Amino acid sequence: MIECKIKIQLEGFILDAKFRVPDKGITVVFGPSGSGKTTLLRAIAGLERSESGFLKVGDSVWQTNDNFVPTHKRQIGYVFQDAALFDHLDVKGNLNYVIKRKSGLTKVFINSIYNLLDIKLLLNRSTVQLSGGEKQRVAIARALLTNPKILLLDEPLSALDLKRKNEILPYLDSLHNQLEIPVLYVTHSQDETSRLADHLMLIEDGKIIGNGPINEMLTSFDMPLSHSGDAISIIDAKVINRDTEFNLMLLEFTGGQFIVPDNKLPIESLVRVRVAARDVSITKKKQADTSILNIFPAVVEEIVPEGNAQVMVRLSLKGVVLLACLTRKSATSLKLDDGSSVFVQIKSVAILS
Amino acid sequence: MLSDLDISAIIVTIKLALLSTAILIVIGTPLAWWLSQTKFKFKVVIEAIIALPLILPPTVLGFYLLMTLGSNSPVGRLLESFGGSSIAFTFSGLVVGSVIYSLPFVVQPLQNSFSAVKTQSLEVAATLGASKLDRFFTVAVPIARSGFVTAGVLGFAHTVGEFGVVLMIGGNIPGETSVLSIAIYDHVEAMEYAQAHLLAGGLLVTSFVMLIFVYLFNRHFSIMRYRD
Repeated sequence: MIECKIKIQLEGFILDAKFRVPDKGITVVFGPSGSGKTTLLRAIAGLERSESGFLKVGDSVWQTNDNFVPTHKRQIGYVFQDAALFDHLDVKGNLNYVIKRKSGLTKVFINSIYNLLDIKLLLNRSTVQLSGGEKQRVAIARALLTNPKILLLDEPLSALDLKRKNEILPYLDSLHNQLEIPVLYVTHSQDETSRLADHLMLIEDGKIIGNGPINEMLTSFDMPLSHSGDAISIIDAKVINRDTEFNLMLLEFTGGQFIVPDNKLPIESLVRVRVAARDVSITKKKQADTSILNIFPAVVEEIVPEGNAQVMVRLSLKGVVLLACLTRKSATSLKLDDGSSVFVQIKSVAILS
Repeated sequence: MLSDLDISAIIVTIKLALLSTAILIVIGTPLAWWLSQTKFKFKVVIEAIIALPLILPPTVLGFYLLMTLGSNSPVGRLLESFGGSSIAFTFSGLVVGSVIYSLPFVVQPLQNSFSAVKTQSLEVAATLGASKLDRFFTVAVPIARSGFVTAGVLGFAHTVGEFGVVLMIGGNIPGETSVLSIAIYDHVEAMEYAQAHLLAGGLLVTSFVMLIFVYLFNRHFSIMRYRD
């Protein structure tokens, strides 16, 4: 468990953050620019000083009211927005900077990090010869070499163009799958959030406005994300079979099986499926003559109006929560109400990771 | 050819310049670092004091040093009461004078290059486990290396060229406080132009070469830094 209670006053801005997040998986800190995301991360690293407060990561206490552990004594890995490699050192020098300062790093450990981020080919380069994506890989490797208790990533993709982003995202997926330490990932990108987050923390004007498992946060009507035009739901599923005739694959989740175009993922792979609320429609009876393949029985949990013409419906597919965005007219003519049994038709899904 | 007095003047000058530069780097580095990082309200006052020798006539500086360090001054009396002697008209006195006189030539280039060290680089080092002192020596100093070269060369060259301060507090004791610039003056006074030429020309060429070195080195590094 990560426990944090800090208050920092900067010029014209107060960060007042009190939260607990699990010390496993990726917690995305999501919020608009200027909301205090970076300040929060810096405070956890000890780069901003909070006069009083409490911070505990796993079994390490980094701040109690009177006792502030300085940054260099905190076991953290911090990745800055623009990689921030030392230009006066080459790639190897940047990595050795950590290796020299940490005792007891084994060859096996170092190699595992180099392999995780494909660093070996970059070792003898100078930092100016690296692309933005490569720099960020070296920066992440350098941060991980500290053998941290927590990895802090400050918008690591925001300085990269789309091509470089796509180059580095698979590495972030492998961090996600292989790291045993908690990761705090600051971003304002919905794409990165839906792809990487296990846990979501929403921050606005220096305050934590919500904090919980990703799909709960995306679909709760108390949270702003479920009310935006691009509201989504995330469903965890597993590849169980493929249909070679039509080049499709089957993904199993608690509420049924998705049929999606085959993207060559091996059987048994765990995948994340993203469903946009706009792509979900509702029928009272199961449609037979339809082009839509993904139709599941569901129960309406709650309906809220979105503006004058639309409603957002939260549905449960055997416990898996899904949002659907409908017109108010449709909702009225279907006589939808809390507890109605319906069928959802999902027009398209995106496979993440 | 060079007389014995000329040779001893050259030796005293080089000794003085080397020693002063070494002391200046030792004193100037922490001072310049502090100036580059501090948000102290009266920082400009400190900067102005350090820059004073740039515009003050060296004789003024020398005069006050003489007043401060001479045997009638409180400092001089204190030294004598400990069984020492006043350092006016000694080599030590010259070193003290040179250090003060050349301080801005060392502090300013160092301060400039330290100011170019990004706070973020130091923060990165902290997150990688480097203590404050460690960060200074492994991040700030290497990034500011061109500043050290400039500071060292300028401090050295400026000390070699000093005249007024030396004249005021050094006297002109051969082998002890008689330096090149004064030797040249003596030759001119005695109408020994050939010997004056030899020393003056040598100094001119040496200074020129040192400055070429500074500019080459700085350009080399600025190219490296902005290449991406």
